[in-house]
Amino acid sequence: MSPGSAPPPGSAPQGAGHWWVQRLTAIALVPLTIWFVPSMAMLAGKSHGAVVAWLGAPLNAMLMASLLAVTFTHLWLGLESIIEDYVHAGRRHIGTMIAMKIAVAGMALASFFAVAKIAFGG
Amino acid sequence: MPKGKRPLSPHLQVYRPQLTSTLSIFHRITGVALFAGMALLVTWLLAAGAGPGPFAVAQGLLGSWFGMVVLLGFSFALFFHLCNGVRHLVWDAGWGFELPQVYASGWAVVVVSVLLTGAAWAYGLTMMGGGS
Repeated sequence: MSPGSAPPPGSAPQGAGHWWVQRLTAIALVPLTIWFVPSMAMLAGKSHGAVVAWLGAPLNAMLMASLLAVTFTHLWLGLESIIEDYVHAGRRHIGTMIAMKIAVAGMALASFFAVAKIAFGG
Repeated sequence: MPKGKRPLSPHLQVYRPQLTSTLSIFHRITGVALFAGMALLVTWLLAAGAGPGPFAVAQGLLGSWFGMVVLLGFSFALFFHLCNGVRHLVWDAGWGFELPQVYASGWAVVVVSVLLTGAAWAYGLTMMGGGS
């Protein structure tokens, strides 16, 4: 930073936290994805009863909820970085950021609701 | 000079595409594609929670040729992002920065992603053939 210039925009203390959570969620997603893909392949073409019985099992419901929570956190941070880089500062930047956060949070809530409904047999 | 008409410095188009830069941008593209993939998963979960009728509609759409093409893209994007993500984590740990290693790991990501996608589909289609 040259003398007399304004400090760059953005929060210095928040950057490291963003970086760490992005990596920690990435590490957690390795085993969760290795569980998820074969599970989905196994369920391909199965009946409603078979899918609900599988997802209603406590271990599967917990792993699915974990996968959803970690994925949506990782997605939130990743899309934040992409919007920071490609959507220039201003109204469009703020609008895109808010729309993304509403979409990701809405998807997360809807998916938790669906898993809970199946897991608790509602 | 008016602000909008200043000359621009040479940008990406002046560089020959390389494996390194291609995989780098593909990591972001697959990340965004996985956002769409998650929308599919959420819809599928909501349909399963809603009952046999809505679930049959969702399964029918996903089982159509169009649905299968979308799922093929979703699964490849997932495996690519997984493998290249591990490559990034290895870099974050400080390993694999020599140029020959960067190219070797890059090609490994491409080959392993294709193999894993093929293996997952072979397994899934076998399970479907098995019925119920």
